[in-house]
Amino acid sequence: MASPSTATVRVRFFARYAELVGRSEAAVSVTLPATVGDVVRRVRDDFPGAGDLPDRPLAAVNLKQARLDASVHDGDEVALLPPIAGG
Amino acid sequence: MSYLTRARISVDQLLAEVASPARGGTCIFLGTVRNGPAEGGVTAIEYSAYEEMVDAEFGHLLADARTRWPEARIAVRHRLGTIAAGEASIGIAAAAPHRAQAFDACRFVIEEVKRRVPIWKKELRIDGTEVWVDPAGRPTVRPDSPTHA
Repeated sequence: MASPSTATVRVRFFARYAELVGRSEAAVSVTLPATVGDVVRRVRDDFPGAGDLPDRPLAAVNLKQARLDASVHDGDEVALLPPIAGG
Repeated sequence: MSYLTRARISVDQLLAEVASPARGGTCIFLGTVRNGPAEGGVTAIEYSAYEEMVDAEFGHLLADARTRWPEARIAVRHRLGTIAAGEASIGIAAAAPHRAQAFDACRFVIEEVKRRVPIWKKELRIDGTEVWVDPAGRPTVRPDSPTHA
């Protein structure tokens, strides 16, 4: 049986989330098939400070707001977005 | 062209981008850094953004506005960086043949910015504290909203 394939995604953190995690981006590997929620769980497990991120943050995949059950693929950019406060 | 700037917002520039003799009503909105009685001594706000997505979202929302008000012209800039109390963080100019369209288009843009454009602000207060602003105390767009397949 073939070993499961993995995807590496670029995760970006902004504003308060970047302060919590202590970085603005990271490369994260997940086993396929994977969702945005899987990426969030991996981030929360792997990075000190990320445990304080919300369970269900706003997220975007490749510049579009994304549901947590949206699929992610190798090379995607997943952004975790604090509550929007522009204007 | 980016809708973001680190320079002061120029109302003259925004007006120049929308002015035309055919458009008889022009509405300008400026959002400025507030330090009112409820703000606890805000001296400035530090604005940051997911810049690539901001430009994409502005493109989408202005396309939506063009669909609603085809005869209107809209110009918008959002400023990033540290902005002192009293200075503008966003400027919107909407010009249309008649005033109702100009008012409606201008209002639409600022409301959509607050709903969907990924920009964040941290208040810098006179006592030295810093506070991230969460307008609603929760995400303003639900994570499970059907915006991504």
